[in-house]
Amino acid sequence: MADTITAEDPLTGEEIEIPADVEVGEIVDSPATGAELEVISIDPVTLEEAPELEEDWGE
Amino acid sequence: MNVGLLYSRIRRDEKLLLSELRDRGHEVAKIDVRDEQFGLSDPPESFEGVDVVVDRCLATSRSLYITQFLDAYDVPVVNSAATADVCSDKVKNSLALERAGVPTPTTEVAFTTDSALEIIEQFGYPCVIKPVVGSWGRLMAKVESRSAAEAILEHKATLGHYQHKVFYIQEFVEKPGRDIRVVAVDGEPIAAMTRSSEHWLTNAAKGAEVEPFEVDDRVRDLVATASDAVGGGLLGIDLMETGVSGSSDPETRVAESQADYTVHEVNHTVEFKALNDAVDVDVPSAVVDWLESTVDAEPEATV
Repeated sequence: MADTITAEDPLTGEEIEIPADVEVGEIVDSPATGAELEVISIDPVTLEEAPELEEDWGE
Repeated sequence: MNVGLLYSRIRRDEKLLLSELRDRGHEVAKIDVRDEQFGLSDPPESFEGVDVVVDRCLATSRSLYITQFLDAYDVPVVNSAATADVCSDKVKNSLALERAGVPTPTTEVAFTTDSALEIIEQFGYPCVIKPVVGSWGRLMAKVESRSAAEAILEHKATLGHYQHKVFYIQEFVEKPGRDIRVVAVDGEPIAAMTRSSEHWLTNAAKGAEVEPFEVDDRVRDLVATASDAVGGGLLGIDLMETGVSGSSDPETRVAESQADYTVHEVNHTVEFKALNDAVDVDVPSAVVDWLESTVDAEPEATV
């Protein structure tokens, strides 16, 4: 299993495990709620609720 | 080289690129577009010293404006503002393909629901209504009856942003349950895959199954021409097979010797994670090879 680290889920306040190699700007799914969380900073890792999908997003 | 990676969300595609760039010893500045402010004459500090900016903005509106700003500052950016402008709008995309002689689905545009309905009736059913700006197969409508057409048009006219009142109507192409995505750099294919689904939409983002696709000479030619038509760069060219059933039976395939392709779209901030998983080619590595050659070709690139 890939290395993981713990961070606080901003929605529930729980400690959750996320991949250790996350980047700032990356989106991770909260294992607690399934919500999309954005990595705001690393060392220490802080998470925020990710922005909602917008109409002009895509490729 | 020093690469500025412009982003608002780090997807697996960006992670693959970042990893490849760092592994090769390149300097990478991640630039979060949400934090930047753009004046008319000088680039923001974050762009200082970069040899090339890779536009990986998730939002088309941001991509369009920022590439314009970078052009104004003489900061090299891939893809270019011109390419972004054409690819981000389905009308411009279709016009560019048609102008270049690339086969593309028959398309008409109208600005009122009455005129749009006339086009739909002329096309017959089914036909397709697409938003002029959008991605991942969202807000696409396969129209199968007049009553459905009336309802969709009314909804678009009443509830939509003004862009939804540009009614982009396209023939429905009978494809063999799949379409083809080719990722190419300046018209040279890196790799290709088919995207198959029982649903009429076969976007990978919609969960289509992907398989490697071997690029034939015809596809290679179409990709080169389509890429050139939109200004080149790192592109995702989407094609559909026409006149084929997708059968593996050799006799059927002989009978389908009139088969050809139609190019329905060229994407300018192409996602490639699904392709990278589907094929043996190391897609991010090929992209970085191309970035290196692009920067080498522009010795005065550093800001």
